[in-house]
Amino acid sequence: MSGAARLSLALIIISVLALFTALYLGPVALANPLASDDETRTIVWQIRLPRALTAWLVGAALGLAGAALQGLLRNPLADSGVLGLSGFAALGAVIAFAFGFASLAPAAALIFALGAAALVTVLGWSTRGPASLVLIGVGLSSAAGGLIALGLNLAPNPGALSDLVNWTLGSVEGRSLNDVVLVSVFLIAGAALILFAARGLQALTLGEEAAAAIGANLTRTRVLVVLGAAACAGGATAVAGVIGFVGIAAPHLVRVMAGHDPARLLVPSALAGGAMLVVADTAVRLLPTDTELKLGVAAALVGGPIFALIAARLASRSAEA
Amino acid sequence: MSALLSLTELSVALAGRAAVSGVSLTVTRGEVIALLGANGAGKTTLMRAGLGLIVPRSGMVRLGGGDPHLLNPRDRALRAAYLPQRPQSIWPISVEHLVALGRYAYGAAPERLSGADQAAVDTAIQACSLEKLRSRRMDEISGGEKARAHLARAIAQHAPLLMLDEPTAGLDPAQALAVADIIRTHAPGGAVVFSTHDVALAARTADRLLLLREGRVVAEGAPSVALTPETLEATYGRSARIDRIGDALTVTFS
Repeated sequence: MSGAARLSLALIIISVLALFTALYLGPVALANPLASDDETRTIVWQIRLPRALTAWLVGAALGLAGAALQGLLRNPLADSGVLGLSGFAALGAVIAFAFGFASLAPAAALIFALGAAALVTVLGWSTRGPASLVLIGVGLSSAAGGLIALGLNLAPNPGALSDLVNWTLGSVEGRSLNDVVLVSVFLIAGAALILFAARGLQALTLGEEAAAAIGANLTRTRVLVVLGAAACAGGATAVAGVIGFVGIAAPHLVRVMAGHDPARLLVPSALAGGAMLVVADTAVRLLPTDTELKLGVAAALVGGPIFALIAARLASRSAEA
Repeated sequence: MSALLSLTELSVALAGRAAVSGVSLTVTRGEVIALLGANGAGKTTLMRAGLGLIVPRSGMVRLGGGDPHLLNPRDRALRAAYLPQRPQSIWPISVEHLVALGRYAYGAAPERLSGADQAAVDTAIQACSLEKLRSRRMDEISGGEKARAHLARAIAQHAPLLMLDEPTAGLDPAQALAVADIIRTHAPGGAVVFSTHDVALAARTADRLLLLREGRVVAEGAPSVALTPETLEATYGRSARIDRIGDALTVTFS
């Protein structure tokens, strides 16, 4: 069994354990989550299971999108958050909320994520090196952030403002099985597109020209990955709001054990992203704070330093080269 | 016999500047052709246009009889393998994995190679003396070893035409000669077009030379015909002396 397959198996086991743990732990500790009394059934089936599954699926979607974008853009700092896809997805959803079309928020998130992905790809394709691409993403993220702030500024009433703020902080609290279905659909669609492009991502290890010369169809690879990453980031953001850094951290952790082949990182990165977010969400539920810490805030608090660490390591490596 | 590559009155512009002007070249099976010229003379542009990686302003390109722009990427890869001037391995994959990417056009995934694909990879690794390095990561080997790994990747592609852009750049004399031998070994079944700044190595290795200056052909022909002090001066803008010792040739610029 290859390193990637062994790691995937281990991550599946960790994911299952994390999901079970999430059912046991919470403000009310359950001795047996499979018990058939009404209270347990309500807590497990209507609160904890949908929440834990949503966290896993959102993490998996973000991990997969991150691994795919890193392969496409040949940049270990790429992910849907850094490149502005999540920010634009959030902007789309905020616009839908602000105009009273909450039911259209997922579609708006997807369309806006797609737009951002197209922009990043067009602007970033010919750039060299990680820094310039991340700068493009930072620019897009800032633009999205500014427009979201404008949406918040112009919110019609304090209730709407509170809803929007909560949503942009990123959380899977109170999610239902409908949300699970919604993010599953986006994840499956995105994963299918991305996995079709896996060989193209392998070829891009050689750079664009050599990849084309060995027979890779770069246009096809680009379109599939951009659409797939937008579906994953759009779906995840539509359901959970903005949750950053999972897309960077998951592939980075996986590389240590599964090697650097971008195609073989895809599945383990999705599994790692899912497991990470379930563990993180269980942790925020258990933290003894008066107001529950939002998952997106926790991800940023942990992920920010990881991002800085990866960037510093890359910078020192390119300084050596 | 149909040409593996044929360029007719090819002109290419890069960023509005003429990079190649009115160059014609036919490459047939069994030939080794070296492109010589100063930096910016159009050697790389000529290769990229031949492979269909850039669109010419005018003229005709035929790769294995077909227009490279109309061929799908796989068909193109089955007709010509390309080693860029600065080959990249963006992720630190293993040497064997890198060489296996040469089998992409055959549908091979580097981690699951068929018998034929594995045999092609093994042969290329052996030809480039990489047996001891096959499981090493690309960021753990020397510049010369990296160059050989990328060359092995191009060889594993089993395309009749090999286009190598400065394959000996940065190599020590022994390694450069080894690459020249690999080039000669490929020629009987196919053809090789390579660019270099090592005039003596080009004369030793190639059947035919194409000397370029500012995108135009200065001289073309067998080394003994194409290389004269006059053509070298016209190519590089410096006066040159050519000394022949047996089959070997040395060029001294002053």
